[in-house]
Amino acid sequence: MSSIVQLEGVNKYFGKNHVVKDLNLSVEEGEFLTLLGSSGCGKTTTLRMIAGFEEPTSGSILVEGQAVEEKEPFERNVNTVFQSYALFPHKTIYDNIAYGLKMKKVPRPEIAQRVKEIMALVQLTGFEERYPSQLSGGQKQRVAIARALINRPRVLLLDEPLGALDLKLRKQMQLELKRLQRKLNITFIYVTHDQEEALTMSDRIAVMHDGILDQLGTPEEIYEQPQTKFVATFIGETNIFEGNIKELAMGRVAVRIENGVIRGCGYGFSRNEYITVSVRPEKMRFSPVPVKGFQLEAQVKDYVYVGSVVKCIAVLQNGMEIKMDRLAGEELPEPGSIIHPWWEEKDAVLLHNPENQVLEMIDSMPLV
Amino acid sequence: MKRKKRERNRKRLSALFCALVYLFLFLPISVIVVNSMNATTSKPYLSWKGFTLDWYVKLFDNSSLLQSFGNTMVIAIVSTLLATVIGTLGAVGMYRYKFKGKALLDGLLYIPVVIPEIVLGISLLTIFALVDIPRGMLTLILAHVTFCVPYVIFNVRARLAGYDSSIEEASLDLGANRIRTFFEITLPVLAPGIAGGALLAFTLSIDDVIISYFVNGQTKTFPLKVMESIKSGVAPDVNALSTLILLGTIVLVVLTQSDLLKIKKKVKR
Ligand SMILES: Nc1ncnc2c1ncn2[C@@H]1O[C@H](COP(=O)(O)OP(=O)(O)OP(=O)(O)O)[C@@H](O)[C@H]1O
Ligand SMILES: [Mg+2]
Repeated sequence: MSSIVQLEGVNKYFGKNHVVKDLNLSVEEGEFLTLLGSSGCGKTTTLRMIAGFEEPTSGSILVEGQAVEEKEPFERNVNTVFQSYALFPHKTIYDNIAYGLKMKKVPRPEIAQRVKEIMALVQLTGFEERYPSQLSGGQKQRVAIARALINRPRVLLLDEPLGALDLKLRKQMQLELKRLQRKLNITFIYVTHDQEEALTMSDRIAVMHDGILDQLGTPEEIYEQPQTKFVATFIGETNIFEGNIKELAMGRVAVRIENGVIRGCGYGFSRNEYITVSVRPEKMRFSPVPVKGFQLEAQVKDYVYVGSVVKCIAVLQNGMEIKMDRLAGEELPEPGSIIHPWWEEKDAVLLHNPENQVLEMIDSMPLV
Repeated sequence: MKRKKRERNRKRLSALFCALVYLFLFLPISVIVVNSMNATTSKPYLSWKGFTLDWYVKLFDNSSLLQSFGNTMVIAIVSTLLATVIGTLGAVGMYRYKFKGKALLDGLLYIPVVIPEIVLGISLLTIFALVDIPRGMLTLILAHVTFCVPYVIFNVRARLAGYDSSIEEASLDLGANRIRTFFEITLPVLAPGIAGGALLAFTLSIDDVIISYFVNGQTKTFPLKVMESIKSGVAPDVNALSTLILLGTIVLVVLTQSDLLKIKKKVKR
């Protein structure tokens, strides 16, 4: 495998607004890479720079090993599925989908054949003569996908391509897209808000936050070993605790938080450092009696049944809610009872807190 | 009961009002049509002397009148074409690019529209005299292009307001170069705005009197010719030509409004 798209130190400013910050990203050939991040974090801008609609303020972009700064969008072997569909309103669905092939001067019979195939694939057979204004949002989206995919580009950029679909169709299209991507061996750079979609479809996920690439890794790495607080909270549910390290021995860490003491393990931390601890609800345990090493007390508030899982919520003295997931059918403490939250030390993820470094310095200064 | 009656009265009243408005609009036109078939031969050609189509025959002997009509058509067609191309490119350019002083430029566009035509006429005449262009067909066309361009720009710009430029990006993305994209995507989508602008330019050019009056030299346009002959009352052959123009306009309107064009499009596919 070699990298087919490379971003090297890419920065983008809109006026004074720094939208993409020193982005380094290497996308492997045939890979399904997802850009995941909250609204406005620069995902679309990143795609647009790869497609050639926006110029990076600095840094360089390579596609198939070649710098593309000088290349017009129509010279790049990259196709885009636009966030806003961007269907041609004056052309029929057939002509919309056939557009790319027509521009490449593919013979008519072949165009007809390929359009027919792709329309069947996105379940739009029979819509050939309609105009985009006569389609629903989901149908438009599928036309947009078909229109890009039919060109069999080396790299396909997809900007939230399933955003307007209902859950069932969305799941179905997710599988379909993934299958197509495998079959045609196209590199996908996929943008989404939806973390579940990102986790199930991607080979790797790039989590962006305020224009910065927070973490790049497989779905498992991103979920199990988040490297920043943002990643931990953005991907899946989690319980976040913050406090100073009280004890530190052989990678085992005790942290003093507002309401007590918790534990975890990790290396590279220092005594008194102010850190963030993230514990997934499925790793959380509630014990009726105090657990050695933990000093935490909460009152069980509520249960929510979500199909096969029961979400249990307990409240600390300071009002903070603690979430625990259990399989339905397991024995659970009574609502209103006092419990002691704890977890296996290895199940807690410890994170440095760069924003708090200054505070920390002030804290650790000797009192005069 | 009472309410129903009131309702009925109101309906009658609005029907009457509507009828009056239409009468007001169409009475003058019908006078021309009727008078064009008036057999009278004595000035000021107003008293009804019976039905005739003679004027329509005579019309084709009046070579100077026909000549002026020909001039008007040539000027209207050429200046519409020029104004449409210039106006469309201008509107697209001003939509697409951001530059310093754009707002000022936008505002300036209204000036040729709002200043009295007489001022524009004098200014144009002064310029043509200064750079010494002989007054005639050429100056007429230049003048007409001048006052038509802003209208085309306004029309195209109105269309651009609801225009999603990402379809152009999609076209580029799919391998069409910029020129191809312009003709495949931009132009067809803007077509209704462009056509509207062109139609407006065409009508403005056809019935312009004041500006043409300043810059025409020896060349007579149809409105100028009519103005000239009005001193001796509107001759029925002028009415005849006006009626024919009216007929042409009606045919054009019916054609564009009906589904005729749409049917043609379907056949093509
Ligand atoms: N053409 C532009 N001019 C100025 N600012 C822009 C432009 N395009 C985007 N921005 C700004 O850049 C930031 C990133 O925008 P971008 O569209 O990349 O976000 P996104 O991650 O795709 O968000 P979403 O998930 O909502 O689509 C936003 O703050 C946006 O306001
Ligand atoms: Mg976006």
